[in-house]
Amino acid sequence: MTDQLSRAFAALADPTRRDLVARLAADGDATPGELGEPYAMSLQAISKHLKVLEEAGLVTRSVAGRRRPVHLEPGVFDLMTKWIERYRREVEERYARLDAVLGSLEVDERERGVS
Amino acid sequence: MTTVVHHETTIDAPEGLPIIEIVREFDAPPSAVFRAHADPELFARWNGPRSVEARIDDWSCETGGRWRYAAVRGGEEVAEFFGSFHEVRPGERIVQTFTYAGFPDAVSLEILTLEPLDGGRCRLRAVSVGDSVEARDRMIAAGMSSGVIEGYEQLDEFLAAAE
Repeated sequence: MTDQLSRAFAALADPTRRDLVARLAADGDATPGELGEPYAMSLQAISKHLKVLEEAGLVTRSVAGRRRPVHLEPGVFDLMTKWIERYRREVEERYARLDAVLGSLEVDERERGVS
Repeated sequence: MTTVVHHETTIDAPEGLPIIEIVREFDAPPSAVFRAHADPELFARWNGPRSVEARIDDWSCETGGRWRYAAVRGGEEVAEFFGSFHEVRPGERIVQTFTYAGFPDAVSLEILTLEPLDGGRCRLRAVSVGDSVEARDRMIAAGMSSGVIEGYEQLDEFLAAAE
């Protein structure tokens, strides 16, 4: 699972690939030719980007039919959301420890004020 | 007896930007939260994770100062971190750089601001700016590995002892 996530994040480190994914998410399935239209890029270059996305499990190509549209796989995004959720939990634990330290600080200050 | 209230932590990791923004409120004044960040002994007490001890090797929390600490687990050094304190404004703001010594090519800029709230409370805002989206995502990945494995038992224990 971690390997898959690493590949997904590495694939999305590239701005063109992020854009391709964003457009698939907004407009639905599309062929490599349709996806390549807005870019000053060869179809070969677009195919290379799509291959990286495919290997990361972010998109799939349908086997049947001549159009062979590119399809966005939502599952990986669920994993990535969970991943950030886990990071959030770690940050929360860290600040829960800070709460405890701050609690003890206030006690110290009160004690100092009394003496 | 002190009842420790844990406020919600909001994390924003915007798509396509090398930024993580964390906002969290504390039932303590900015001066105390500042002290818990600036004093190395206090910082080591909460920085965590719990199974890891922070061995502070260098620490001068002042404008133009520097810091370095090692994460030690079972007497063995597992990671080392270092950076500079770019600007330190007591009770208000700490701007510092952060590098994991195991990956010295990456550096992030950490901007911590403390805003006073009514009732002796404060709002902490921590913005981390990485040098690439990839580096930002790596940082989130590192958070996952320590956070999940750690579990909650030690935290509960610590909090109970603190109360």
